[in-house]
Amino acid sequence: MPDEGFGVGASLLRREDDRHLHGRGQFVADIKLPGTIEVAFVRSPHAHARIIGISVPPEARGRVFTAADLPRVKPIRVVSHSSGAKSPPWPPLATDKVRYVGEAIAACVAPSRGEAEDLANAVAVDFEILDAVIDAPRDMRGSRHPVHEQWGDNLYIEHALENGDIDAAARSAGVTVTREFRMQRQSGAPLECRGVLACRDHRLDEVVLYTSTQTPHTVRVALAEILDLEERRIRVVAPDVGGGFGPKARLYPEEIILAALALELDHPVRWIEDRNEHLLTTAHTRDHHYKVSAYADRQGRILGVDAEITVDAGAYGLWPQGPYHEAGMVARALPGPYTIPNYRARHYTVATNKTPLGPYRGVGRPGACFVIERLVDEVARAVGREPNEVRALHLVRPEQMPFTTIGGMRLDSGDYAASVQLCAQLLDMPAIRARQQWAEPDGRRIGIGFATFAEQTAHGAAEFAARGASIIPGFESCTARILTDGSVVLMVGIQSHGQGLETALSQVAAEELGIDPVRISVRHGDTESTAFGFGTFASRSMVMSGGAVARASRMLRDKLCRIGAHLLQCDVAETRCAGGLVSGPQGSVTIAEIAKVAHLRMDGLPQGVDPLLDATATYEPAISTGVYSYATHGAVVAVDPETGFIELLDFAVAEDCGTMVNPMLVEGQIRGGVVQGIGTALYEEIPYDETGQPLAGTLADYLMPGAAELPAIKIGHLHTPTPHTEYGMKGMGEGGAVAPPAAIANAVRDALSAMGAEVNETPITPRRVMAAIRNAREVG
Amino acid sequence: MTAIRLQINGAAVADDVPPRLSLADFLRERRNLTGTHLGCEHGVCGACTLLVDGEPARSCLMLAVACDEREIRTIEGFAGDQVIEALRRNFHQHHALQCGYCTPAMLITARDLILRRRAGSERDIREGLAGNICRCTGYTNIVTAIAEAAKEFGKEPANA
Repeated sequence: MPDEGFGVGASLLRREDDRHLHGRGQFVADIKLPGTIEVAFVRSPHAHARIIGISVPPEARGRVFTAADLPRVKPIRVVSHSSGAKSPPWPPLATDKVRYVGEAIAACVAPSRGEAEDLANAVAVDFEILDAVIDAPRDMRGSRHPVHEQWGDNLYIEHALENGDIDAAARSAGVTVTREFRMQRQSGAPLECRGVLACRDHRLDEVVLYTSTQTPHTVRVALAEILDLEERRIRVVAPDVGGGFGPKARLYPEEIILAALALELDHPVRWIEDRNEHLLTTAHTRDHHYKVSAYADRQGRILGVDAEITVDAGAYGLWPQGPYHEAGMVARALPGPYTIPNYRARHYTVATNKTPLGPYRGVGRPGACFVIERLVDEVARAVGREPNEVRALHLVRPEQMPFTTIGGMRLDSGDYAASVQLCAQLLDMPAIRARQQWAEPDGRRIGIGFATFAEQTAHGAAEFAARGASIIPGFESCTARILTDGSVVLMVGIQSHGQGLETALSQVAAEELGIDPVRISVRHGDTESTAFGFGTFASRSMVMSGGAVARASRMLRDKLCRIGAHLLQCDVAETRCAGGLVSGPQGSVTIAEIAKVAHLRMDGLPQGVDPLLDATATYEPAISTGVYSYATHGAVVAVDPETGFIELLDFAVAEDCGTMVNPMLVEGQIRGGVVQGIGTALYEEIPYDETGQPLAGTLADYLMPGAAELPAIKIGHLHTPTPHTEYGMKGMGEGGAVAPPAAIANAVRDALSAMGAEVNETPITPRRVMAAIRNAREVG
Repeated sequence: MTAIRLQINGAAVADDVPPRLSLADFLRERRNLTGTHLGCEHGVCGACTLLVDGEPARSCLMLAVACDEREIRTIEGFAGDQVIEALRRNFHQHHALQCGYCTPAMLITARDLILRRRAGSERDIREGLAGNICRCTGYTNIVTAIAEAAKEFGKEPANA
């Protein structure tokens, strides 16, 4: 790739940094509008109850809004085209029933948040308490009080996937490994909670919503439908967003209610979510149950996998994709990047009286990876081989590409086995195996574990259609504009919230236009200034938005060259656009001069060329089922068998995401993802008691990884550009979070192998480690 | 309402505040000092860390009325501070921030570690950051940036 130090491939430092380093970021809660009043919500203290009545003190009338006070607000309704999918209506403020702790019942407005909370406390709600559905595998077929009573059962959707002959594989197997796995419910927990500021702009006749979201355009689509407003009368702005990770890629009731209040009241209204509300009401994630058997021959070659997958999806479906995507993704990803010939998966997505489930970095893949990689290790153990030897037996090989797995993932490129070797090198595996020969002086047990996965990224319309989604805008858009002085503005439909896309997208335009990125602005996250885009999630923005930027920039480059050729009196084919100039055989002209001609001095334009330097392009790869990054993660742990405490001694990632536009940003994404994956593996959990009360309501109960618990994360790269995208890039935002639970569980298993203990449930807490050791002793 | 008089970033400020108003809300809502962020409002995440009389403190757990006659320094108040400038430079150079939400408080905590000579080793820095959660970076680059900034101040007491 031609590299002028700032184009594709350069570790350009971030343009986003300066404002944040000076405390000048502009998050929703930082935006001040005169006359803003604060909103607090009355929320359900019960998991499942009928609302008998809501009484508002007389002095609070006009300041408390229930569903009856906002008749224009329609329920949220996710449409799925998957057969048999059930889609419950979700009133943004509860009407007859509440279905999870934290569900909004009324909105209270006051000059300060404290006074709004006082008001919320003064509202009395009479409930008739119902049995809570909290055990998804037990209650999926029915319960005394179903979550949605008109259904009879508690199933959003069930589905089966079968390829090959799993029964024949079972009959011919020399080794069968059967296990139950559990990945507990957790939160995405960005450091900035959600927040919404809504106001009316009477001059433009619109309602303006500042919201901490990853997807401003689709939020507008939904608001228009639910509030019955034309889209031209709604502007959605995502300003600086303090982390998203998936949960902020959905529409929330509060966004609807705040927009409705702004229409109702003559003041801007603001709701800033507190951490307790976040843990109760922002999309939860994971919460998978698995029963799985792997059938293998005596060499450890896996002949077939039979899986039963249950996803506890909570009380409602979050718009736009509802609860349907999670289990299907698990089912397809579960066989991993292996050449396993036979597979059956039955999966169930269950409604429970818990917070609705949504996407979080990796979505179904951390669970799928956890299951298959634990099975690979157990098969290896059963046949007496090193797990990585068993991995190498059936990892897809470069010459097999493109390869469609038995789960249905079309892997496009790469050398998966090489990532296993590189990861083992990064951890100096022989040294670990040697260390394990000797007892540790402190009595701890050392273990090493690995996990390999393929990461579906940048999937487009075909993938969303296959999931039965009602909207499938897989593309992204860019309007590139060169202004009269030659400076550039890129207007993109995605949203950047830490990924560094303002920097990386400017590099793509710089690559195509030969203009220094300091002369390029990137505008995102605002429906006013950008054409429609799906938003930032699913490891898609660099591929999709980067592709759109490349195309729009090339359209401008062509026009610059045409005008430049005219000014230089040469043929267009002889011109070159680089270094801020259009050059011909005899000389060159600056882009600023061309921009002046295009806007201010039309007498310099060649015949047939219109004024303006303004181009809009969309992009989606021709293969819209996704391009596949891959990696092997490895963990080294020390487990204290007396306390169950796990120390993570080392962690390495060997990955291949094709062409890296900005390697520094890629490594930042990997390290951040890995630490979130470590959180899933070891710390993060929202348990529920049998009445449906969530037991982690503060960050004192909900543990996130801190610096002191972690080693420095090592990274090694492989480079296999995909043939399907601009520059050969693949998405990579989520992969870091996919494999740590599997790699760490395998390392813990390795550490405890002499004791025969294994932990197949995340997070792997000291309590669970001790239970596994006790259990192994009793069995042994 | 209670009358308070205090110093904020070197300037004398007087105001009447409700007794239940937190220092963080006072600074953010009344003084427009929005570089102090709120991540949990119960003293765990550290995003609201600032200096009270020169010591790092959680502004979400302090009441504004408790700050009468005290000196507050927020991320907006470090112009010309050599340690913060070194940290800013190194955070930028080593990609030690992503969404930026934890960053102002990270800088203030890191400055304190350097001034207290608690940034001499990776282990020291990691322990010293135990009260500041970053959800984006995985900390590796933050630790590197602080270690590099600390080197600039050698063994001599850093000039605050």
